[in-house]
Amino acid sequence: MDFEFSDEIKMLRKTAGDFAKNEFEPVAQDLDREEKYPRDVWKKASGLGLIGAWIPEEYGGSGVGFFGNAIITEEFSRVDLGMSLIIAGTFGCEAIYWAGTEEQKKKYLSLVSHGEAISAGAFTEPDAGTDVAGARTRAVKDGDEYVINGNKMFITNGDVCDFMVTLCVTNPDAEKRYKKHSLIIVESDRPGVTATKIHGKMGIRASDTAEISFEDVRVPVSNLVGDVEGQGFYQAMQFFDTTRIMVSAQGVGLAQGALDKAIQYVKERKAFGVPIASFQITQQKIAEMAMRVEATRNLVYKSAWYLDNHKVDPILNSITKYYAGETAVFCANYAVELHGGYGYIDEYDVQRFYRDAKILQLYEGTKEAEVLTIARRLLA
Amino acid sequence: MNTVVCMKQVPDTETLIKINPEGTGIVTEGIKWVMCPYDEYAVEEALQQKEKFKAGKITIVSLGPDRAIEAIRTGLAMGADTAVHINDAAFYEKADPYATAAALAAAIKDLEYDAIFCGKQAIDDDSGQVPAILGELLGLPVVTLVVKLEVSEDKSKAVATREIEGGHAVVEVSLPAIFSAQKGLNEPRYASLPGIMKAKKKPVDVRTVSDLGVSVEPMTVIKEMSLPPARQAGKILEGEDAVEKAKALAKALHEEAKLI
Repeated sequence: MDFEFSDEIKMLRKTAGDFAKNEFEPVAQDLDREEKYPRDVWKKASGLGLIGAWIPEEYGGSGVGFFGNAIITEEFSRVDLGMSLIIAGTFGCEAIYWAGTEEQKKKYLSLVSHGEAISAGAFTEPDAGTDVAGARTRAVKDGDEYVINGNKMFITNGDVCDFMVTLCVTNPDAEKRYKKHSLIIVESDRPGVTATKIHGKMGIRASDTAEISFEDVRVPVSNLVGDVEGQGFYQAMQFFDTTRIMVSAQGVGLAQGALDKAIQYVKERKAFGVPIASFQITQQKIAEMAMRVEATRNLVYKSAWYLDNHKVDPILNSITKYYAGETAVFCANYAVELHGGYGYIDEYDVQRFYRDAKILQLYEGTKEAEVLTIARRLLA
Repeated sequence: MNTVVCMKQVPDTETLIKINPEGTGIVTEGIKWVMCPYDEYAVEEALQQKEKFKAGKITIVSLGPDRAIEAIRTGLAMGADTAVHINDAAFYEKADPYATAAALAAAIKDLEYDAIFCGKQAIDDDSGQVPAILGELLGLPVVTLVVKLEVSEDKSKAVATREIEGGHAVVEVSLPAIFSAQKGLNEPRYASLPGIMKAKKKPVDVRTVSDLGVSVEPMTVIKEMSLPPARQAGKILEGEDAVEKAKALAKALHEEAKLI
């Protein structure tokens, strides 16, 4: 066991933290109001190797692993969760990394790590979210092409991406419902792909979310992730085991950011002639926030370390994801309470943190789905 | 263009500073250390000059204890090529600007360089003397508070713009020379991830002051250090209306503040 960070990780944390402070802070509030994706900030972060840092050097990444990526994610979301999602400019590519062919890794991973493309993972459908195997988007083989028809919902980067890793039914007649699907890479500019940006999200409004429709979209069969059909469900599960940990790192960052802001505020704000930090009830809240942040952080680092060492533990991942969501919501809530009325107006960041936090209990596996995973495996 | 950058690791500007019980220095435990912000301009200028001439080597020279390696690695991650770390905690503890400059000069004298870049001052002790003393010890011209620098094609001279009270002065100087960087000289880059990964493979020459043959004693000693007094609470002027309040303000400015 070694809890000491390497010099590289310390520097990476500083670069990511400085970047977020300088590039996110001045614009986060406006982007939240305007629901605007910060493409220029994504480009700048790409230039520094902050996007796709987990991608091995042979495919153009920085090779800092998912652990390094978790640290960047944490520092980004400490300032703003919505803008931090520029780091998900490689979203979907985790599946290519785990299950793609060598040619696919060379092509797509290097595109996203060089800041030449943004990717998306198109899994969720209007009627199938947590029930991944319930996805109905259909891909029919026609010669050396797939013809794709169907709809996807709540797709992160849907309206800004260059390609998306899409869960499709390729083998409807397979006996088991888990063997009907495949992942297929679909370029966004192919005829028949329509992305409609979703407006009115409660939080992470600087992140792009869209509804996608596929109408007779043709892609070459070489776009099948891996080279065998019917593996899509399992590839998706492996994908979520990865991205769940990255989302958990978002939770640590947001919770730490809420704690930072709460600490600063309670030292400055006076009531009854003294700073409110001197009240025991304030101290209780600050201490409880700190306890949960630290516990979640350790879970995230352990899960990320497991992932980098190819020891995937779905129970650990679900515990981490569940607890990270709870911690983020808990800390954002206390941060608002400690700010009182000021925490309720959008001039103060904690109001945005409060709205942003909730998504962490919803996406990348709802909290209920995490509970199912944990309990079913423990009781099996 | 070969350059040397003198760099100091200092407490982060957001760190809450406490005075030690002896009253002669600060409590160093629990402090977050960073590269001095003015030295970041110095590193950036060296990088930009190297990029302009498409050749050259940048050497970072830093005096500091073990922890200083983190700031040195940051400079290497930004793009500097190599470093000399004068790691001598006992010497560093007592070093005043003269002793610091003497150690830096000893490390620099055998290096090849066309220019030496320093920050205009370290943001912890604020003495601002090192560039000048270094110039004296190395026999080099010194241009302070530089906000713009143009080096001639043949690297024989440079034109530097200095910030002066209410304006600017343009100075021509023969090279090699020492330049101290003022805010505005450039916009320091972030250490990129590829840069960070490369930094660990770059050579750092670790020396003690005796390795360098330095045997100077500091010329000054800090006797006492104190924090500024806590800010006094503001005064709220009483009065029925604006006229009365204005009278009270004029009275206070005249009698208490003695400003009018």
